[in-house]
Amino acid sequence: MLRLIGRRLLLMVPTLILASILIFLLAEVLPGNVGRSILGQYATPEDVAALNRELGADRPLVVRYVAWAGNFVTGDWGESPVQKVPVRPYVMAALWNSLILAGFALILIVPTSIVLGVFSGLRRDSALDRVITVSTLSMTVIPEFVSGVVLLYVFAVWLKWLPVTALAPEGAPFYERLYYLILPAIPLMFLELGYIARMARVGTVQVLSMPYIRTAVLKGVPRSRVVFGHVLRNAMVPTVTVIGSQVGWLIGGLVVVETLFSYPGIGKVMVESALNHDVPVLEASVLMVAVVYMFANLVADIVVALLNPRIRKGG
Amino acid sequence: MSAAEQPTSAVTPGAAALEVDDLEVTFHRRGRRLPVLKGVTLKIERGQAYGLVGESGCGKTTLAMAAMRYLASNGTLDNGRVLVDGQDVSTLSEEALRKWRGGKVAMVYQDPTQALSPAMRIGDQLAEVYHYHEGMNKKEALEQARESLRRVAIPDPDGTLRRYPFELSGGQQQRVVIAMALAVNPQLLILDEPTTGLDATVEAEILDLIEELRGRINAAILLITHNLGLVVRLCERVGVLYAGRLVEEGSAKEVFTDPRHPYTMGLLRCVPRFGMNKTDAALQTIPGTLPALGDPLEGCVYSARCPMAQPVCKRREPDFYAWPGDAAIRGQAEAEAMPPDPAAYSPHHAMPVGESSRHTRCYFTADVESMPHLTPVLATSLDERGGDTDVLDIDSMVRTFKDGSKKLTAVANVSLSLKKGETFGLVGESGSGKTTLAKCVTGLIPADSGTVTFEGGILKSTAGKRSQDALRAIQMVFQNPDSTLNPAWSTRQILTRAVRKLGGAKEGSVRAKVDKLSADVRVEPRFLFQRPTELSGGQKQRIAIARAFAGDPHLVICDEPASALDVSVQASILNLLVELQTKEQASYVFISHDLAVVRYISDRIGVMYLAELIEVGAAADVFDPPHHPYTEALLSSIPRLDFEKQRDRIPLRGSMPSLTDPPSGCRFHTRCHRSLGDICAQQVPPDMDAGNGHTYRCHIPPDELLALQQAGASEPEPAETL
Repeated sequence: MLRLIGRRLLLMVPTLILASILIFLLAEVLPGNVGRSILGQYATPEDVAALNRELGADRPLVVRYVAWAGNFVTGDWGESPVQKVPVRPYVMAALWNSLILAGFALILIVPTSIVLGVFSGLRRDSALDRVITVSTLSMTVIPEFVSGVVLLYVFAVWLKWLPVTALAPEGAPFYERLYYLILPAIPLMFLELGYIARMARVGTVQVLSMPYIRTAVLKGVPRSRVVFGHVLRNAMVPTVTVIGSQVGWLIGGLVVVETLFSYPGIGKVMVESALNHDVPVLEASVLMVAVVYMFANLVADIVVALLNPRIRKGG
Repeated sequence: MSAAEQPTSAVTPGAAALEVDDLEVTFHRRGRRLPVLKGVTLKIERGQAYGLVGESGCGKTTLAMAAMRYLASNGTLDNGRVLVDGQDVSTLSEEALRKWRGGKVAMVYQDPTQALSPAMRIGDQLAEVYHYHEGMNKKEALEQARESLRRVAIPDPDGTLRRYPFELSGGQQQRVVIAMALAVNPQLLILDEPTTGLDATVEAEILDLIEELRGRINAAILLITHNLGLVVRLCERVGVLYAGRLVEEGSAKEVFTDPRHPYTMGLLRCVPRFGMNKTDAALQTIPGTLPALGDPLEGCVYSARCPMAQPVCKRREPDFYAWPGDAAIRGQAEAEAMPPDPAAYSPHHAMPVGESSRHTRCYFTADVESMPHLTPVLATSLDERGGDTDVLDIDSMVRTFKDGSKKLTAVANVSLSLKKGETFGLVGESGSGKTTLAKCVTGLIPADSGTVTFEGGILKSTAGKRSQDALRAIQMVFQNPDSTLNPAWSTRQILTRAVRKLGGAKEGSVRAKVDKLSADVRVEPRFLFQRPTELSGGQKQRIAIARAFAGDPHLVICDEPASALDVSVQASILNLLVELQTKEQASYVFISHDLAVVRYISDRIGVMYLAELIEVGAAADVFDPPHHPYTEALLSSIPRLDFEKQRDRIPLRGSMPSLTDPPSGCRFHTRCHRSLGDICAQQVPPDMDAGNGHTYRCHIPPDELLALQQAGASEPEPAETL
C-alpha cells in the first residue's frame, strides 16, 4: 500500500513538469510578445522592449522556463504586473476560497448522490429508480447560471433565508462562512448529482449481477449484510474514480458560480488574469489547480486501493 | 460439530431430500411467455446423488434456482411444488428462506473465480455462514471456518483464512466454495457444473474431495453438468432434461449403458470415447439445435431433431413410460392407436406412468438401440492426407516473460515437427506453455530463440515481418469466438474482409468465395446477414473456422476450439475440422485440455509440463503404456463414461511448481509417483525412445516403465461405441 502511494507520488513529478511546460508555453509563448500583450498595441516598441527586459522575456525560452519553474518551486512567484501585488498570497487566498467551496459542495454531493444511486441500483427498474434517475438527470441538465439565478432570487432575494453573496464578512467564524456557501453549493450539487448518482447506480447494478452476490444470498446472508458487506465495497470503485476526476472541475471550473455569487475563487482569478494578460497570476493559478487535481486523483486511487485488495496487494 | 451430526429438524420424517413435483417455470420477456421448465417431476432420496444432464438452455440451472427460490426477477413458478426435506420452498417466510438457503440447501457454482466475493477475506466469507446460521460470534465463527477448510483439505488453512480469493488458485477457490456449502451440513447439495473450466488434474482432485465428503455428510446431491463422465463417477441416478422436459430417468449405469431415449443416445454418441480416433469411428452429432425459448413445439419436444421421429411423434407428446415393459408395449400401442389430430398437444405429461425405477418419454423406446448413425467416418488415413512432407519444424524454441524482477520461462527448448495433413495434439495443464508456443508459431509474439521452419523456409519471428504468403498459410482458431469476431460486423462482412485480406481473390470472386466458405462450414446463407451476437456458440465458431480457412491455410492452430461448446456442438465442430482437413490437406496443431478429444482428433500428440515438451508420439502410443508418468497421471484423472473400467486415479503430489523457479533435474520429479529418488532430482532425464517415433523424457527405460504401468492398469481398451 505504502509502495503504491510512494509510486504514485513519484509519478506526479513528471506529470507536474509536463503540465508546467504546457502552461508556460500557453501563457507566455502562444500570445507572442509578452511585453506587447501586456502593454497593448499602442505602446511604443521601446516601451515593449524595456518591459520585456524587465520581465526577462527577452531571454531564450529554456532559460525563461527554468528560471520560472525554479522560482515557483522555491516559493518566489513574482509580482502581478497588473494587480501590482505579490502573486503567491493573491493566488493562494483565491485557491483557499475555492477549496472551501468545493469541499463544502463535495460534502453535500457525495453522500447524497451515492445514497440515491445505490438505492436506485438496488431497486432497479422500480418506480423509485425511475424517479431518482429522471430527477437527478434533469437537475444535471440545468446550467448552473440558471439554477443559481433562480435559487438566488427565491432564497436570498424573495425569502431572504440565505445571504446574497457567498463570501462571509471579514473575521466571521467558520460555521458562518459555511452558511454563506449553502446557496452557491446547491447549483454545483445539481450539476454533479445526476452524474455521480448514475455511476453509483451502474456500479451497484453491475455488482448485483455478479455470481458472488448470488453466492452470498444463497448462503443465507441477510440482505442488509449482502448490500453493505458485498455490494457496496465493490460497487463504489468506479464512483470513487469519477468523484476524484470531478474535484478538478469543482476547484477551477466554477467561474460562473463564483461570479454570480461574487465569490473570489480561483476560477474567477484565472479568467480575469487571462483577460488582463496577467501572466504570472495566470501561470501560478493554473498550475495550482493542476496540483490540486492530481492530489484529488491520488486520494481517489488510494480509496480505490483500499476498496480493492487486488490493487492494494499488487503494490 | 455435534449439531452437525444430527440432521436438523426434519419436517416430515423420511421425506425425500428433494422432491420436484410437476414444476413449471416461465420467463417473461417483452410480454412473451417463455416456458423454461414444462412440468418436471423428480425425486432425490436422502443421501442419493442425482445427475441432471442436457445441453445448455435445457433448464438445468433454472431447476436448481427454483429449489433455492432464487429465480430471475422475470421468472415465475407457474405450477408445481419444490419440496426440500418435505418442506415446500414457496411457503417459507423471508427470514425462514434466508435460514433455508445455506442451511438446508447449499450450492457449489461453476466458476469459482467469480463465486467468491473479491474484496473480502476467505475467513470472513466462511465465518459469515457460521455467524448467520449458528449465531456464532466472530471468534468462534473463524475457528469453525478454519475447521471447514481443514475438512476440504486446503493446505495452510490459517494462511488461507487471511487471503483474498484472487490469491488462491482455481482449485483452491472451489475447495473454499465447497467448504462454504457444507458449513452447516445441508440436506441437499447442488453442484452446478462444479469442475467445468478446471484442469483435468484439478477436476479429479475436486471430484475425489466430493466423493470423499459424501461418505461423511448426509446431504443428497443434485449434480448439474454437461459432462456425462462426472455423472458416471458420482451419481446413482440420472435425469436427462431436454427443452424443459425430463425425457429419460433411471439409474446412471442403466441409462448410460442402455439409453432408451434418442436424445440420451445422441448425447452419448457425441462424446468421444476414450481411445477413439477419427480414422476408425465418427463422432455422431445431433442434427439441428435446441429450440429457442418460447418456440412452439408440437408433440414430442425432441421430435424436430430426432432421427427416429415418426408422424405420431409430432401429433402427441409421449407420456413418461416405465421401462422395461410398459414403455415398449404401451407406448407403441398408443402411438399406433393415436387419432391423427395435429392439435392434440397436451402439456401435462409430467407424471411418470407405471411403477419402475426407469422412465423414458418415447414411443419407440425399443428401437433406440438401433438408432441410425448419421455421420460417416470422415477422416482418411494420414498417408492419404499428404502425410510425408514436413510442413512445420520447430527447433529449440525458447520464450521467456518477465515476472516482476524474475524471469519466467513459458516455453523451454521445445522442438517438434508436423507433416502435411497431420494433426498434432498438444496437451498439458494450464500454464504449461501450450498457448505461448502457439503464439510464437503464429508470430503473435516473438520467440526468444530457436527457429520455426515452415514449408522449407525459416519464418521471421513476428507476424509483422512475415510475408503475406506466410501469414495466409498459418491461421488460428481460438477458444472463444465471442471475442475473436467483431460484434459490430455482419458475418458476411467478417468473411469478406478475411477473403480480401487472406484470399487474394479478385473483387468479383470474393462473393463466391464467401459463399463457398460458409457452405463448407455449413452456415446457412441467412445467417450471413446477422451479427455474431445473434448466432449460437456453435455457429460463431463455424464462422471463426471459415475465417481461418479464407486464405486456404496450410497450418491451422486450434486453441481449445470446442471447449466452450455443448457436447453435440463440440462433436459437429470436431467433425467439421476433420472434414476440412481431409478436403484441404491442412495441418493442425490442436490444443486442448480434454484428453479424449485430443486423442480422437490427433495423429500425433505432444504432452507439455512446465514449459517442456516431455513426451511426443503417435496418438495411440502416447495414450498407452509405456508413457511418461505425468501422462499416465493425467490420463488416470479423467472421468470416463464406462462403468467397469473406472481405474484408480494416480494423484499428483503437491501443486504445480512455479515457472520462475522450475525444479532441478526432471521438472516432474516433485510430483512424480514413479520417482527413482536422487537421480530424478539431480539429472535432467534423457529422451527415451519407445519406438515408432515415440519419445518421452524420463530416467526409466521403456521396458521397465511398461512393466510398472501394466501392473497398475488394465489392458489397453478398444474404442467402444453405442
